[in-house]
Amino acid sequence: MKYNIFGNGKVTFGVIVLGFFVLLALFGPWFTSTVLGLDARANDISAISAPPSAEHPLGTTQFGQDVLAQVIEGARGSMFVGFLGAIVGTVISVLVGVPAGYFGGTTGNLLNFLTNLFLVMPVLPLIFVLAGYLQGTGLVMIAFIIGVFGWAGGARTLRAQAMSVSNRDFVQVMRMLGESNRRLIFTEVMPHLYGWIASMFLGGLIGAVMAEAGLAFLGVSDSSAISWGTMIQAAQQQSAVLRGLWWWFVPPGLCIALVGTAAALINFGVDELANPKLRSASRRVAKRTAAVRRAALAPEGA
Amino acid sequence: MTTSTGAAAPAVAASGPLEVTRRRRKRKSGRFLLRRLGFYLVAAWSAITLNFVIPRLMPGDPSAAIIDQLERVSGQSLPPATLVSIQGLFGNPDDNLFEQYIAYLGQLARFDLGVSIVNFPVPVADLVATGLPWTLLLVGTTTIVAFLLGTALGVAAGWRAGTRFDAIVTPLTTFLSSVPYFWVALLALWAFGFLLGWFPLAGGYDPNLPISFDPAFIASVLQYGALPAATIVFSAFGGWMLGMRNMTVTTVGEDYVLLAQAKGLSPARVRWRYAARNAMLPQFTGFAMALGGVVGGALLTEIVFSYPGIGYLLFSALQKRDYPVMQGVFLLVTFTVLIANLIADSVYVWLDPRVREEG
Repeated sequence: MKYNIFGNGKVTFGVIVLGFFVLLALFGPWFTSTVLGLDARANDISAISAPPSAEHPLGTTQFGQDVLAQVIEGARGSMFVGFLGAIVGTVISVLVGVPAGYFGGTTGNLLNFLTNLFLVMPVLPLIFVLAGYLQGTGLVMIAFIIGVFGWAGGARTLRAQAMSVSNRDFVQVMRMLGESNRRLIFTEVMPHLYGWIASMFLGGLIGAVMAEAGLAFLGVSDSSAISWGTMIQAAQQQSAVLRGLWWWFVPPGLCIALVGTAAALINFGVDELANPKLRSASRRVAKRTAAVRRAALAPEGA
Repeated sequence: MTTSTGAAAPAVAASGPLEVTRRRRKRKSGRFLLRRLGFYLVAAWSAITLNFVIPRLMPGDPSAAIIDQLERVSGQSLPPATLVSIQGLFGNPDDNLFEQYIAYLGQLARFDLGVSIVNFPVPVADLVATGLPWTLLLVGTTTIVAFLLGTALGVAAGWRAGTRFDAIVTPLTTFLSSVPYFWVALLALWAFGFLLGWFPLAGGYDPNLPISFDPAFIASVLQYGALPAATIVFSAFGGWMLGMRNMTVTTVGEDYVLLAQAKGLSPARVRWRYAARNAMLPQFTGFAMALGGVVGGALLTEIVFSYPGIGYLLFSALQKRDYPVMQGVFLLVTFTVLIANLIADSVYVWLDPRVREEG
């Protein structure tokens, strides 16, 4: 496994962008208030729905709030839901998927049944019905809902992988030697799944950031919190689109897209780590295999 | 699957004559599908039961609140049949829970989903039936188009992995698939609807025309649907393409592809029948899941464009707390998803004999 994940340009770029947004989420609000001297919630009556200017680099909203300050503050809300949702989802998919694949039999069938059930239930309408009854939820609750309803795909992948690993000889031999199941799972099976789990986490991060934005857009959100999703929702509600206030809804959407792209690019590297076949997709190798193939086919064509 | 059958299956398949194997496989696929059918029946039952339980778990008495609201909206006391129907769907604290459950199932069996609060006394089933064709038309066609387009492009990119085409298109689609859908829709509405004025800003058809099958009306449906459809395809094909690209990269390196080339088969045949066909399988699982997401996607599309489908119906029901409509839509959506998945499973069995062995 001597494969340097940072030797890949895509991955490096992804790590830098994602790192930037993590820092923004951690220190952004402090930065806006002390360095920029802005407040995401303050209403500047003299500049309402103002386009970008020196005073407000990204313009202001319909309520005279600074869009730049809101985007920075929103990073915290969105990244928080993204990370918490991804953690909840990944933990559940590991807890369900790995034993399902390792044990098989009745345990495996039961867990697999649960996974399939969550996989086919249409999540969004279900969350809708729930949200209709539960009113005014906080960001923690939203992250949990996203995680709890979003683990099934990952669990299915992990089940398949855990099944294949536990049927390999080295695990079978250890099992026959009387090694305990717990030890086998943690020391023999799990290490082979880290790549999949990491890529699942990154996928979950994108998914949760997008899901939060989507739910906020539908009005299922914490109205007091600022996130990229609530910003776009506020813009939509005040008909920003039909009044041409593009600076209000373009930046938060771009941020979501950047976070998503960064996580996906890192995922490429992780995938190549977990699935060596993909590594052959690098340009150099492609050229070499093409040359070999030509050489192999040459007598045939001649 | 237990470890022992997994090890034994190939041996059995290899030992018998071909005809016996084929017959055995057929029987196995029949059993596999029966088991899946059983699963979907249980899933449907879970959804129905969830719909029954959620209002009864909520604090207060939802059915009393709904009846109250209905009497306020209509300004008269409700007919006894409506009362019974509401209490059947949302609970009557005085009744035995088991009897309620039986009554609830009986109501559903008669397609009685209650009446809308906002559009009293229109039955929920009627509202759903009005919205359904619009959603099926818009989201059904665009999902299929995005799938075909993305898969074809994915084969092209994966077949030539490492070339310039792949190096440009792959990161670009990564970015596109990370863009939130509703945001793309907002931008499209702003650019093509508001700034350029090429497309109408809201609705599914020209409200001045009667709903019919005459050419003028169909033209207006196409005109109103073009922008929402384009946004769905635009944001969905990238995901299909990436998945197909990665799978194609994996199969292109397999020996049987090299052998097929060495045999001198035409490049198109090798590409589609050998590499692509084998790379396709995960795409079909994904397609089944996408059909599950059809209404999720439609929800956002229909809200941005005020398109008169199921998603918009659900959205307005949520805003006005029209519980009967919300729950009716949830049931409908769940059932379509389950049926779509069952169909996808059958196709999958037909395409890949190996799934029958595993189950």
